[in-house]
Amino acid sequence: MKVKNIILLPLFLLLFGVAFIPVVAVSAQQPTPSDDEVNAIARQLYCPVCENTPLDVCPTTACHQWRELIRQMLAEGKSEADIKQYFVDYYGARVLSEPPRTGINWLVYVVPPVAFLAGAYLLFRAFQTWKRLSKEPFTGADRSSSPGTEPETAKGSGIVEDDAYVARLEEELKKRK
Amino acid sequence: MLAQFGFGVFALTFMLAIFCVGAAVVGYFDKSDRWVEAARRGMLLTFPLITLGVLTLAYLLVTGHYELQYVYSVTSNEMPLYLKITALWGGQAGSLVLWSWLMSAFASAITLRKWERDRDLLPWVVVVTSITLAFFLSLTILYENPFARWWQTAGGDFVPRMFAPSGGIPVSPADGQGLNPLLRHPGMIIHPPMLYLGFVAFVIPFAFAIAALVTGRSDDRWIRLTRRWTLIAWLFLSLGLVLGMRWAYDVLGWGGYWAWDPVEISAFMPWLTGTAFLHSVMIQEKRGMFKQWNMLLIILTYALVIFGTFLTRSGVLSSVHAFAQSAIGPMFFAFIGITFVTSVALLIYRWKDLHAEVEMHSLFSREALFLLNNLLFMGVLIVCFWGVIFPLISELVTGQKVTVGPPFYQRANGPLFGALMAIMGIAPLSAWGRSTFKTLGRALWKPSIPSAIVPVVLAILGVHNWIALIGFALVAFVIFVTLFEFWRGVHSRQNNQNENFLVALWQLAGRNRRRYGGYLIHLSMVVMAIGILGIELFQTTTQKTLAVGEEIQIADYTLRFDSLAQFPYTDGRIVTRAALSVFQGVQYLGNLYPRYDYYPASGQPMTIAGVRSTLADDLYVVLVNWENVSSAQAPFKVYHNPLVNWLWIGSLMFIFGFLVAAWPERDEERWEDKK
Amino acid sequence: MSQEPITASAPKRGVPLWVQILVWIGLLGLLGLLAAGLLKAKNPILGVGSMVPDFTLTLFSGYEFNGVSEVKLSDLSGKIVVINFWASWCQPCRTEAADLETAWQSYEKAGRVIFLGVDYVDTEPEARAYMSDFNLSYPNGPDMGTRISQIFNRNLGVPETYVLDQQGVLRFIQIGPFQSVPEIQAIIDPLLMGR
Repeated sequence: MKVKNIILLPLFLLLFGVAFIPVVAVSAQQPTPSDDEVNAIARQLYCPVCENTPLDVCPTTACHQWRELIRQMLAEGKSEADIKQYFVDYYGARVLSEPPRTGINWLVYVVPPVAFLAGAYLLFRAFQTWKRLSKEPFTGADRSSSPGTEPETAKGSGIVEDDAYVARLEEELKKRK
Repeated sequence: MLAQFGFGVFALTFMLAIFCVGAAVVGYFDKSDRWVEAARRGMLLTFPLITLGVLTLAYLLVTGHYELQYVYSVTSNEMPLYLKITALWGGQAGSLVLWSWLMSAFASAITLRKWERDRDLLPWVVVVTSITLAFFLSLTILYENPFARWWQTAGGDFVPRMFAPSGGIPVSPADGQGLNPLLRHPGMIIHPPMLYLGFVAFVIPFAFAIAALVTGRSDDRWIRLTRRWTLIAWLFLSLGLVLGMRWAYDVLGWGGYWAWDPVEISAFMPWLTGTAFLHSVMIQEKRGMFKQWNMLLIILTYALVIFGTFLTRSGVLSSVHAFAQSAIGPMFFAFIGITFVTSVALLIYRWKDLHAEVEMHSLFSREALFLLNNLLFMGVLIVCFWGVIFPLISELVTGQKVTVGPPFYQRANGPLFGALMAIMGIAPLSAWGRSTFKTLGRALWKPSIPSAIVPVVLAILGVHNWIALIGFALVAFVIFVTLFEFWRGVHSRQNNQNENFLVALWQLAGRNRRRYGGYLIHLSMVVMAIGILGIELFQTTTQKTLAVGEEIQIADYTLRFDSLAQFPYTDGRIVTRAALSVFQGVQYLGNLYPRYDYYPASGQPMTIAGVRSTLADDLYVVLVNWENVSSAQAPFKVYHNPLVNWLWIGSLMFIFGFLVAAWPERDEERWEDKK
Repeated sequence: MSQEPITASAPKRGVPLWVQILVWIGLLGLLGLLAAGLLKAKNPILGVGSMVPDFTLTLFSGYEFNGVSEVKLSDLSGKIVVINFWASWCQPCRTEAADLETAWQSYEKAGRVIFLGVDYVDTEPEARAYMSDFNLSYPNGPDMGTRISQIFNRNLGVPETYVLDQQGVLRFIQIGPFQSVPEIQAIIDPLLMGR
């Protein structure tokens, strides 16, 4: 190859390439978002028309359109929060997998822990009452975990305590036979 | 003709059930044994009657009497025989019939036992079971009649009616719509009967509880009598739930088994209170405590059974599961109103008579831990219940619909289930009545050490998810404690009885069935937890459109798209099937054939994933049928589900544990008589 | 069977009154909630003869109405309002779209009837394609947050059309597509004449 061509060819390519750069820059900042990137957001959203179907597995044409919308928004550089907000604005709060933490929706998050704590408190109070009313003094009797120790019998209950460790029970059964 | 006969039989059974209620009430207040006996026999008679109706319906389904609306909607000519039979519960009307049939079966079984010692409870047991039966039969007769047939009215509309509308001409279609393809799966075939068995079986302890409340008895005889029913109900409900999970995993094609869908939760809630009840009655039997609480639990369980059945069928909630909305909503509402109000009123009325016999001494005793167990189950129940009804509240108050979905439930229930696992490990080491922090601590440190090693090992192996580390540590803890308990008992027998290991194990379990059966069930629960932790925390998924020859990668697997074919199948469906080769590194592991079946009659496709299952993980491939599919290229969605098969293994284990726990003991009747 | 001979260590108490009140309020509240839910499920659609609450429809840019980019229902009093819910992914909607446009054009000049197209849970590119396919010239806008559809039908499907009279009262509901232009006119004309 002649030296002139060796220099000219890359120069030509360079100029040619430079001419294209603006076009390339305008058409896409990033490569098309993959299905996985779309699904990562879609699976956090629910289909606005189907019943309780997440958007990443919904088979309808409408859902296909919405996934493509997500793809386009991702290509434009929108963030996950932007996309979710867009969906909420357009389709309502029910597309989110949890109620947004606004207004009356706070109740969803607050009621269960409050109820649980209330229950725990009631339980605790009940324990205290029972302990206080208990007639037998608490001897702190040692209940170690080896077999053959004294089985617990309920105070005057007459209920046969079959919770004795096995060796004990077997002995007694043998005696009865 | 047959349809009229079937309808007549159901109507007759309904009237018989009403008679049973009346006769039992009369017999109780008049103290007349004759009336009570009449009620009992009436109850027994309902079973053969309903069976006759069920057999009639089955016959009509199998022989393709498409002039009946129900037969038309769930069967078609191309369906195989076994599917036509299972179509009996494939739709709303038929599933309600199944409910009634099972209710009648169990109520008859309970009336067959010897009643001499508990004669005073009998009338009210009959009343409660009969009212429940009558309610479900009334739904069948008045609203969801499987024997209604198609008529063409003068206006040209097609309407289903039992009796001819004015100017109506009978219509006989030549073929039916066929069963929804999604329901043609073995799991779906047994899932409804299992669930209903569980629901219906819980009505029995409830009936006895109400009987005890009405008759003013405060002992625990009703619990002893229904102990086995409670276990059976628990088993069937658990199996029903697991089968539903398996069906969702196999057929719904989203690589998961539980979506926290309101209908799923409706079936889960009675399981929660049922399990709490199962544990709590043990305390009542052992220590005479918590009578009020146990009454409340069984009433709640029954209430949740009815409530759950209502939610799934009334159209009040939106769900993928929901049956089409029908007029039975208001009927259910009335029934719920009456039963809830009556049960609560009764319980309040008798509250002070249900006082405990022995008091609690220690916060670390087994009773206290059982109470904590109940608190945790109630916690999960409140989360689930609130999450299910909140969208309803939100819509009524603000007019806006919201979704309460998996993130809410997972975040709230995760720690609660973790705490429950911890208690499963601690409780066997505690003692009834007395336990101090020291004694319990001393018992605990031994299994805690190996349990603490597990997360360290996992962390070294690369697992850094702290939820997983805690979860697996708890799993290990429960396994160690349970195995330790077994070993301790066997060891003591070996020493004292000179038995060899296997005989000792057999004898040990044989003489303490409930305890060791219970331990086996706990073991099975944590084995299931292994599967759940694996798939929930470590599932990965990827989707890509592949041309023939292209590959897709997930975890350390590579899948190559080889070919795609579309062909009709013998029963008329069109099958589109892809073939993929699976590699791990360079090692060829086999082929997978994900496909979807299109049923022209119903216009619905059913996705069947190609799954490669091992103990370590599942490789789950779906042929995505909502994007463009051709023989040159197709979109695939692949899921990698680590450890998921332990979920199914664990569920098999709890069947075994149940059998050990529930098997009748030889000496049991003698113990009973001694009291 | 006799009672176990046990002395209880705490005095027998019934349920305290405040607990009873709480329980009954809770229970009745739950029943009320279910009843309300059932009623809503049975009657999801706004009844004929009821006043339609005011709403604002933000129009697609390029589909302005009299120069404004949003339409308030209350501003339209004195005119017959035809509200049509559609979506680009809805096949039956396409069968009536041309008829709706033709009907609109027959009423447009007189200025006594207004057609509003409400695009239900759709994506803008496809919606614009739909509107240009049928050359829709009446005001169209997306149903933001599904607020407008919730007014008319809790379980809205597409296509559905709601016709209001000059006083803003709902007079006619069409579920599903119209079959022809005369069908549409047969509904609007009587209302124009005050019947």
